[in-house]
Amino acid sequence: MKRDEYILAIETSCDETAAAIVKNETELIANVIASQIESHKRFGGVVPEIASRHHIEQITVVLEEVLQEAQLSVEDIDAVAVTEGPGLVGALLVGVNAAKSLAFSKQKPLVGVHHIAGHIYANRLEQEFEFPLLSLVVSGGHTELILMHEHGSFETIGETRDDAAGEAYDKVARTLGLPYPGGPEIDKLAATGAETIDFPRAWLEAGSYDFSFSGLKSAVLNKLHNAKQKQEELRAEDVAASFQANVVDVLSTKTLEAAREHNVKQVIVAGGVAANSGLRSALEAKFSDEACSLLIPPLSLCTDNAAMIAAAGAVAYRQGHRAEWDLNANPALSLERYAASGLTKEQE
Amino acid sequence: MNVLAIDTSNHSLGVAIIKNSHVAGELVTTIKKNHSVRLMPAIQQLMASTETTPEELDRIAVAVGPGSFTGVRIGLSTAKTMAWSLDIPVVGISSLEAVAFQGQYFSGQVCPFFDARRGLVYTSLYDGSGNRIKDEANVLMNDWLLELKATETRTLFLSQDLQVHEEQITSIMGDLAVIPEASYHQPRPASMGLAAIRREPTPVHRLVPNYLRMAEAEAKWLERQEKS
Ligand SMILES: [Zn+2]
Repeated sequence: MKRDEYILAIETSCDETAAAIVKNETELIANVIASQIESHKRFGGVVPEIASRHHIEQITVVLEEVLQEAQLSVEDIDAVAVTEGPGLVGALLVGVNAAKSLAFSKQKPLVGVHHIAGHIYANRLEQEFEFPLLSLVVSGGHTELILMHEHGSFETIGETRDDAAGEAYDKVARTLGLPYPGGPEIDKLAATGAETIDFPRAWLEAGSYDFSFSGLKSAVLNKLHNAKQKQEELRAEDVAASFQANVVDVLSTKTLEAAREHNVKQVIVAGGVAANSGLRSALEAKFSDEACSLLIPPLSLCTDNAAMIAAAGAVAYRQGHRAEWDLNANPALSLERYAASGLTKEQE
Repeated sequence: MNVLAIDTSNHSLGVAIIKNSHVAGELVTTIKKNHSVRLMPAIQQLMASTETTPEELDRIAVAVGPGSFTGVRIGLSTAKTMAWSLDIPVVGISSLEAVAFQGQYFSGQVCPFFDARRGLVYTSLYDGSGNRIKDEANVLMNDWLLELKATETRTLFLSQDLQVHEEQITSIMGDLAVIPEASYHQPRPASMGLAAIRREPTPVHRLVPNYLRMAEAEAKWLERQEKS
């Protein structure tokens, strides 16, 4: 009988200190997140130095909690996975060095994981993948369409040319005077408003799966500014609804087009903005008559966590990816480069 | 007692292994870069050449700052996680004290410092017996030197940032300033490891960096709170 395999993962790329353990690639058995959101609220955004300070205070605490939750000891772990990038460099460094130390102390294999690969693989904890698979990754730092033909292979077929969708959300939220983090606030506000303002949608050139949100962001800010000057009444609910309808329309339409062109079997949504109810319902409506299935992870797996890193790390581990003791944090790690790295010589 | 000592808090990357209370090996580079890349390979190399396995370690010593915020965290993340994984005690040693060990047998007073930019230094003061006689602080070097001059005591200055402040030191302190050659300014992880044998460990979850300085965003936020 094949024995069970346990991957322990660490994620510290932004403002959550997280550890998780996944059993046999797809079964989440422990998931611990120490969130810093309260600490960053007063600054209106994540402050990198403060995030790093929290990580160093929490790192061994979350490691201990995750083993307790899983009722395992360090000896039972088969490999240690860690987010190596992208993310905030100082924050990533805490996790990377902790992972190296744990792996070295217990002489366990070490696997570096790309944060976005993690967001995609969060979905595999819910349902097995079917290829070809298209993933829409939307978060504070990312807006990408990624095509996968098999496990561990990632092809970026579309990406943002300027701001990430989440960035636009935060900026608009701040202008509307909403508290941080702005995404969920706009989502809530939009639900009570109507799309009364026709902001221009950035479709870009025909056939392109790229995105652009800086024009929309400026249009919203200008609209608010002009209304204020003319002392014109603008309902914040309607501004939020109009902004959100625009973002959601572009995201869901391009996702549908890409899914059809590449004949994918599954479409999955990943990243913090996947928690957005407007995006969820737009995608559900668009894909209701499609042959492919649409997967949106539960809210708890949309935001940053280590379960997703363990899920992606487990596959990388099975495929033979191994990090050396000189593994570093890589704040600008690309998904394609990550997929090709870490394999031993014979496998390449 | 077998101790692994780690210092990545400033210019140096230093690792030492103490075996049965003797210095078995020490590895120090002072190129102030890639601490994160080079630390674990350095530990691995030193442990291999001294034939030490992780399970044979009884204690970890680590420099807790002040220093480079990121550098301090690289050392602490490593030391804390190793200590936690191996279930052994961890002892935090001040990065300033680690430098002061280099002046242990000087008959006057010993002043270790690190440059903290904009005329500021992280510093403290030790007497001839190695006792700290001034709290660690982040102060203007000019003010600090005038305070030291008033003690009318010969003072040994130890710092890898010496060149930034040397002129000011000699012009204010005159003959009271003693400045040794380069190798003395370099903290030795072996001294930290030996000191750690005699020190009380800190529970691993509670060992935190000693930044001696607030994060800039936090300082500005507090300033705004006070104004309003
Ligand atoms: Zn993320």
